[in-house]
Amino acid sequence: MNDTLLKVSGLRTSFFTDDGEIPAVNGIDFTVHEGEILGLVGESGCGKSVTSLSIMGLLPSPPGKIVGGHIFYKDEDISHAKESRMRQLRGNDIAMIFQEPMTSLNPVFTIGDQLKEAIRLHSHLSKKELEERSIELLKQVGLPRAKELLKEYPHELSGGMRQRVMIAMAMSCNPKVLIADEPTTALDVTIQAQILDLMVKLNKETHTAIIMITHDLGVVAQMCHRVAVMYSGKIVEEGTVKEIFNRPQHPYTKGLIESIPDLHDKKDSLYTIKGSVPKPGSITRGCLFAPRCEFVMDKCLEQTPELLGEEHKSRCFLHQG
Amino acid sequence: MPQASQAQLDPSGAPAKSPMTFALGEFWKSFRKNKPAIAGTIIVLLFIFFAIFAGFLAPQGINDQNIRLKLQPPSAAHWFGTDDFGRDILSRILFGARLSLRVGFLSVIGSIVVGTLLGIIAGYFGKALDVIISRFFDILLAFPSILLSIAIVAILGPSLNNALVAIAIVNVPVFGRLVRSRVLTVKEEEYVMAARSIGMGDARIIFQHILPNSIAPIIVQGTLNIATAILDAAGLGFLGMGAQAPLPEWGKMLSDSREYIQTAPWTVLFPGLAIVLVVVGFNLIGDGLRDALDPRMKN
Repeated sequence: MNDTLLKVSGLRTSFFTDDGEIPAVNGIDFTVHEGEILGLVGESGCGKSVTSLSIMGLLPSPPGKIVGGHIFYKDEDISHAKESRMRQLRGNDIAMIFQEPMTSLNPVFTIGDQLKEAIRLHSHLSKKELEERSIELLKQVGLPRAKELLKEYPHELSGGMRQRVMIAMAMSCNPKVLIADEPTTALDVTIQAQILDLMVKLNKETHTAIIMITHDLGVVAQMCHRVAVMYSGKIVEEGTVKEIFNRPQHPYTKGLIESIPDLHDKKDSLYTIKGSVPKPGSITRGCLFAPRCEFVMDKCLEQTPELLGEEHKSRCFLHQG
Repeated sequence: MPQASQAQLDPSGAPAKSPMTFALGEFWKSFRKNKPAIAGTIIVLLFIFFAIFAGFLAPQGINDQNIRLKLQPPSAAHWFGTDDFGRDILSRILFGARLSLRVGFLSVIGSIVVGTLLGIIAGYFGKALDVIISRFFDILLAFPSILLSIAIVAILGPSLNNALVAIAIVNVPVFGRLVRSRVLTVKEEEYVMAARSIGMGDARIIFQHILPNSIAPIIVQGTLNIATAILDAAGLGFLGMGAQAPLPEWGKMLSDSREYIQTAPWTVLFPGLAIVLVVVGFNLIGDGLRDALDPRMKN
């Protein structure tokens, strides 16, 4: 259970624009173990998606570039691997599902065409086997009428069904790691719950590790084993779901948890974290969260805290003496 | 998503329609309403018919001369009159349709193939290749098209086939730019990213995702360009840079007969009319296609 599959260490990814270098991901470390679901949480623009694209080697380049750190898949550093090697890994070992199920399928081909194409990319099956495997995959992701569905076109499916198809495509070659980049953001709440259940089920059945990228702590609480909270290109806190929810250390994490609406607690207004995420690269000294922090100390403006701790790590002087 | 909801709510449970057949149905619905486009289609089909069956339809061969019957006005025997060699103008125009349509279709197919290839390379692989190819297009487009084709024919030597090649070359950047801009758009679509995320390679992405989603504007531009190509071929023929005597090419017929424009106007009128009709026909179809396909291109 505790074999390390993916290890990101000191990853820094920048975008080079006319205004200079923008460090979207600024030195993050995390590991994903076999069969685990890791939540990667943070506000919009904190670098979650850039992290996942860096792992996949799918950064839009230019302007994006990995400028430092390593990404180890098993024991291989893939942060600067050749495109041909990445192509082997993608789908086979690491797969990804995206935020927008409505646009993630090509409108001019049937579900069957696209699903079979995905299977064919990494295996040699006969026509009949392909058909069987596709039907099996669609059934696995809980789609009814699998056989007819293969002949249908994306526009005939609802958003939830399309996302299931996308999951089926991503799972088609039994990847070891599945990166889910806000897979439920574009779906309504009931469908969202079904998709999350499906992913938990797949995780249990196939033992595929999942990196769940989300801005929704509710999603994390529901399905993840461990969480890493990202803020402005850095991880500010990391630990098991239980630890993070029961004993959050970083003021940012506390803020996020407090701003979840609670049915039983009839407050007039929700808690909000004042201000907004600083522009990447705009703060060069001290803690990145200091300008918004309620507990800010002089030290926070002077020195940059490190991510410290054993099982439960945080990047805050309040807990580092 | 009005289509999607319709499809799902369809109570008859009819078999699924592909978006291609669906789009074809929709396309035909709106194309049919476009009267000028239908007129254009009829004109073009008529000329295609003439071209195919010229051998059966023409009352005479293209080079049957009868010097005693030279410059005869239109009559029951010679509907469009005769030219300065006593050749039947109607017969020559019917055979001329073969030449003009051949130039139109072949040169456009040539431009599409080369232009699409260059456009894909420029748009998909980008960087230095894009700069080189795009600047090459800019340079080609900086010349007036007829001037450039004259220059190319001057190098290759005047003949109808060389005119065809010249026209094809001149029109390459038209398609190249079009395809490049489509590629740039489609490349950013999420389904392309999704395809890459499961390990699909460049060639497959291009043929599976990018080309099928770029075809509509190519078809529209291609149809419009057939008209331009025919016109250019006639222009080159007129200038003596295209088809050579005794080929019954319309532009060549015009220029051969231009000294009789006052004494025997029919020698100029009918070839000119043929050119105008075919060009108008293709333009009407092209405009109709654009109107019919446009809403699909937007989404």
